[in-house]
Amino acid sequence: MSKLTLKTEGDTHIVVTRRFAAPPEAVYRAHTEPKLIQQWLLGPEGWTMPVCISDAQTGGKIRYEWTNGKGGGFHLTGEYLELEPFGRIVHVERMYLPDPTPDNHVETRFDADGAGTLMTLRMTLPDAQTRAAMLATGMELGMEVSYVRLENITCKT
Amino acid sequence: MQMTSNLDAAFSALADPTRRAILARLAQGEATVMQLAQPFEMTQPAISQHLKVLEQAGLIARRVDGTKRPRRLVEAGIEAMDQWLAMVRTALTKNYDRLDQVLAAMEPEKGKETR
Repeated sequence: MSKLTLKTEGDTHIVVTRRFAAPPEAVYRAHTEPKLIQQWLLGPEGWTMPVCISDAQTGGKIRYEWTNGKGGGFHLTGEYLELEPFGRIVHVERMYLPDPTPDNHVETRFDADGAGTLMTLRMTLPDAQTRAAMLATGMELGMEVSYVRLENITCKT
Repeated sequence: MQMTSNLDAAFSALADPTRRAILARLAQGEATVMQLAQPFEMTQPAISQHLKVLEQAGLIARRVDGTKRPRRLVEAGIEAMDQWLAMVRTALTKNYDRLDQVLAAMEPEKGKETR
């Protein structure tokens, strides 16, 4: 499937786009409601998110904790800056690996696309070096997970 | 770890527009420092500095040809970046494929209202 695009823009941005069959309202809810986030924002096979705090209001806190069930884990914290149901979310986030990564400023748009949604995720990193480091080491959730495991991922739906 | 630090250097090297342009030029074939300096309003030492960064990142290599040191792309370095980005795409793809299923499960509730 080639639904997903991932590209860099300028010196500090990373832009991800993806189309979904569901309307913007559903996609927006799946990005803000903990019970829904916990079902998909997991990274590689075998990882779960036992703690998911998503206080979807301006200034509201975000905290995601992942574990592989074998003692491996890491977490992310953030804050919501702007929410426009069901079209746009602006938040900042940082990962703890275990030291906090520089703040990643993320704008997520959900635009109606026929009966579905075009999601555009635009990340802004503080500088080119940080973006480079993120692309090389921290971008993917659960970086400590072996590369081999990633190769085993199947894309069947 | 080695792979990661190389990639780190490679992505850092690509953060500069001049270095991206140099790589684009080398994608067409080998070139000397003078040829590479031509399209840019830069001194040869400045270009050499950029070439050094690209070389240390494992993206280009030099060859000895008399007094010249023509540079060329190192395909393995470029491929490693490609593969890495493909892997990041795979992980994101996995998440969003799961999201497709979450959305599909949500829809019956919504569907009834609109139909």
